[in-house]
Amino acid sequence: MSSQANEPQRGERSGGAHAAEPADGPAANEYMTDSRPITEGAVEPGCRKRDPILVARNVTRTYGGINAVDVAHVEIPRHKITALIGPNGAGKTTLFNLLTGFDTPQSGDWQFEGRDLAGVSAYKVARLGMVRTFQLTKVMGKLTVIENMRLGASSQPGESLWRAFFPPLWRGREREITRQADALLAKFKLDAKRSDYAASLSGGQRKLLEMARALMVNPKLVMLDEPMAGVNPALTQSLLDHIKNLKAEGMTVLFVEHDMHMVRHIADWVIVMAEGKVVAEGPPDVVMKDQAVIDAYLGAHHDVDLGDSEGFEKLEAELEHDPESSVGTEPDGVVGRRIDERKGQA
Amino acid sequence: MDFANIFLGALNEIISPTTAAYALAALGLAVHFGYTGLLNFGQAGFMAVGAYGFAVPILSFNAPLPVAVLIALGASAVFAVILGIPTLRLRADYLAIVTIAAAEIIRYIVTTNSMTAVTGSANGLSAFTGDFYALNPIPPGSYNLGPFAMNERDVWVRIVAWALVIVACLLVWMLIRSPWGRVVKGIREDENAVRALGKNVYAYKMQALILGGLLGSIAGIVFTLPRDAVQPANYGTELTFYLYTALLLGGMSTVLGPVIGAMLFWVLLSLTQGLLYGAIEAGYITFIDTSQAGQVRYILVGVTLMLLMIFRPQGILGNKKELAFA
Amino acid sequence: MLAAVAAVFAALLFSAPAVHATTTTPAPSPSGSTSATAEGQDPDGPTNGSEYSDRISGVLRNAGVPLEGVKITATGNGYEGETLTAANGSWSIGVPEQGAFEVELDESTLPDGVALAENQQNPRTVTFAGTSNITTLFLLGEGIVLQQDSFLSTLTERAVAGLSFGMLLALSAVGLSLIFGTTGLTNFSHGEMVTLGAVLAFGFSALGLSAWLALPLAVLGGAAFGYLQDGVLWKPLRRRGTGLVPMMIVSIGLAVAVRYTVLFFFGGAMQQLPGAQSPTLEFGPISIPRNTLISLFVSLAVILIIAVLLLRTRIGKATRAVADNPSLAAASGIDVDRVIRLVWVTGGALAAMGGILWAYYRPGVSFNMGQQILLLIFAGVTLGGLGTVFGALVGSVIVGLFVEISTIWLDADLKYVGALVIMILVLLVRPQGILGRRERIG
Repeated sequence: MSSQANEPQRGERSGGAHAAEPADGPAANEYMTDSRPITEGAVEPGCRKRDPILVARNVTRTYGGINAVDVAHVEIPRHKITALIGPNGAGKTTLFNLLTGFDTPQSGDWQFEGRDLAGVSAYKVARLGMVRTFQLTKVMGKLTVIENMRLGASSQPGESLWRAFFPPLWRGREREITRQADALLAKFKLDAKRSDYAASLSGGQRKLLEMARALMVNPKLVMLDEPMAGVNPALTQSLLDHIKNLKAEGMTVLFVEHDMHMVRHIADWVIVMAEGKVVAEGPPDVVMKDQAVIDAYLGAHHDVDLGDSEGFEKLEAELEHDPESSVGTEPDGVVGRRIDERKGQA
Repeated sequence: MDFANIFLGALNEIISPTTAAYALAALGLAVHFGYTGLLNFGQAGFMAVGAYGFAVPILSFNAPLPVAVLIALGASAVFAVILGIPTLRLRADYLAIVTIAAAEIIRYIVTTNSMTAVTGSANGLSAFTGDFYALNPIPPGSYNLGPFAMNERDVWVRIVAWALVIVACLLVWMLIRSPWGRVVKGIREDENAVRALGKNVYAYKMQALILGGLLGSIAGIVFTLPRDAVQPANYGTELTFYLYTALLLGGMSTVLGPVIGAMLFWVLLSLTQGLLYGAIEAGYITFIDTSQAGQVRYILVGVTLMLLMIFRPQGILGNKKELAFA
Repeated sequence: MLAAVAAVFAALLFSAPAVHATTTTPAPSPSGSTSATAEGQDPDGPTNGSEYSDRISGVLRNAGVPLEGVKITATGNGYEGETLTAANGSWSIGVPEQGAFEVELDESTLPDGVALAENQQNPRTVTFAGTSNITTLFLLGEGIVLQQDSFLSTLTERAVAGLSFGMLLALSAVGLSLIFGTTGLTNFSHGEMVTLGAVLAFGFSALGLSAWLALPLAVLGGAAFGYLQDGVLWKPLRRRGTGLVPMMIVSIGLAVAVRYTVLFFFGGAMQQLPGAQSPTLEFGPISIPRNTLISLFVSLAVILIIAVLLLRTRIGKATRAVADNPSLAAASGIDVDRVIRLVWVTGGALAAMGGILWAYYRPGVSFNMGQQILLLIFAGVTLGGLGTVFGALVGSVIVGLFVEISTIWLDADLKYVGALVIMILVLLVRPQGILGRRERIG
């Protein structure tokens, strides 16, 4: 297994369709207009997809007796935008951590493009083309924006200790990387900040930088953990466009989001988690009306319609007075908190 | 009070081989802590491994000089790997505790009486630099460098020590500007983010630990050369903390910072000692004796370390924006 | 509070000249491994060569107790010198020139029941190598040769000693662990808090106070030091939002500064607290120094009190809440700064108490005594699991037992090595420590 993972298929990926320079807006290409059904058979929690890029089975993770994640079966459709939603503490971030090798499950196996990933370290998962971002944005504040971008690039021989001493061995690749990075920065409207320290960026710009940096890896599957959290509304639309762009360029997107409104805008498919389990999935407009989803989100607050953003706000307002519940962008899940703590301690 | 002599004595420290040894060891710490964010509190252990790894083969089985150096460096790399395996996956403070503990383990082992035949226990080892001084191309005599007179041995050991510092600085400078340096600087800030970009963080940390440790061990060898002796009491935890002070004085995320810091450290130490001793002898200060004056210097070292960390963590050369914290 | 601490330091300052006056020799550390040279120390004897600058010296101790009046001779290069060990066990023979000398310990002058340990060469050859002073130690093995103690009783003795040692480590470790738990700081200056307890106890008794007054005052002084540290240093740093790694380095600077400040006032000599020479109690075949037993019960009682306070009282619960999640605790109305201040005060008091007990255990007070056990305290805390109070207790007891019991097989000067190696090995297989919660640590 690990020997397989040792040889990421870089050549194949860099030659892929998405390496081409994308247009500004989402192009009306085959990925955007593909209207074939996403599922194979009935739409139900854990249903089979026509063309899954990621398949997970019986993935469980407990913390001190609490089932943070207990997913029997879930598939992520290729070339689609899938939203992972659920109330706070539903295990969304934990599932992200498990699938990307940042945490180890008690049991379960999962395949990315047919390749078994259980026990594969996080960096190998990323090299295979499954790249994630973090709920709390992780940009290197003390590196410049362009250095952040270059850091994302793969196949840089100069990253090996021995070759680092011989610049002729890596200068050429460095120029390629810089070109790729500059193109992405221009696309994400960060080119003006190229030489600034990333610490000087605003919250939304950091989200953009983190996403752009992830694209430097030439991923097939981009996993975004709350890409919209803490982003000012003016930037939200541009972020949504960027996510749609990823799909247009042939990438698959899986993202965690709290805001149903956003989800409805861009997701082709929605997976709902509650208490560690997948409780519902389907196209966004269908899922919003699903009784299981309403139960999961609302508990006792049965009288609001989640599909309507006004209802969601009403729910938030109600929950404010309910000490047992919380809605919003607080770090959720035990691991999320630990990582944040470590970040603070490091 | 003879101010001229006091200042000359302090200036003399700038090019002393001990300062060079501190510069090399602090440069190693810069690789560990300044660039990669590894909190190595056991640099004294790496220095001890270098010093004993160099002296023991020469004294125990007449190893030729290059073999002894290779053994010292090899031992240092092995030491780094042993330290790295349990700790590089853990939080920074675990590495700090384990490295400081490992350095003490080394010191206890070279001090134990049961190994006297090999390590000389508390008395240490001496008379092992014959081969090194035999290589000296400089004819015997007295040489003057400005106001400082020295013999051919002094000149030779200074040339070698500072040549090593220059080479080490160049290599580190090249590395840090390379993509490898970019990855370790990324790790310093957020290793999970770097991992998520497909870099083998563990391997990079291990490489950085070994590299900085090798610099520490070379420093350990250089440290023994002018003395022709190695004594375990020199390799206590305080040595590491003095190195941190030197590193912070100069600036931990710069290549020249550790060198300037080591020079400043020794100049200031020598200056305070000279001034205090002079003031005591001249009767200006009557409430402390000379041995207490020596202690005052180290109180100042501790206070300096605190103040630097609090008020100017980037050191005199560093750029605060590039500092990993603060 | 400030005034109190200032008064304490003033007291120490004034007692310092007396300290220097009573100092006879810089006594070596009890571990025997880093024994200081007894230069300038000339026991009576016509031919001990005190006129020469090259010296052969050492210290003779049996299970930590110095032996007086043991005859040692050095012969070689046509010279013969002899001396008797002094009251603190040290001896020194001057020789006219450097070279190889045969050093012999006259075994007939050893007290009854004491003999050289196995594999101790006698006579032995020592050779000068570069230095003007060479140290050679004759290790004695009480009971190894003459007293036919059974293994079981040796084991029991070591275990009781280890338990006592472990409990005094635990006193300091609990404070360290509480501070880590509530502030996240790995406090490298904790060893100096230990030293300060013992040094203050010595200072107060040197002022003429009785032990009953001096020891509690020293503990109070430790608490005051904790209060002061947090007030002057750590709280302002927390306010500034200083990171934990910089704070750790600041704590190192503080440790160095305090250590040398203590050295400045206290001097480099080893001193004894009142009642340091304690009788040995016999329980059948097992003999245990009285102080070791008292120390064991004192630390046990204190730890029980701390446990009850933590588990039962409001402030104890608040402390645990802050350790668990400071921001949540703050949100639920707990005054986090007050809790942290209390933790520093408690930690300072516990460390001072640990220092006093450590001064009776070794026995001796010296400026670097805290530094010597700091790593063992860390080992205890890490073994048990960083940040868990109960873990610190269990970890420290394991370290204490291991250190003492390992001396049955291991050379005494390597006994700390075993504990540190065990700590590293445990981190390898169980990074969260024995009692720590399983979590991803890195």
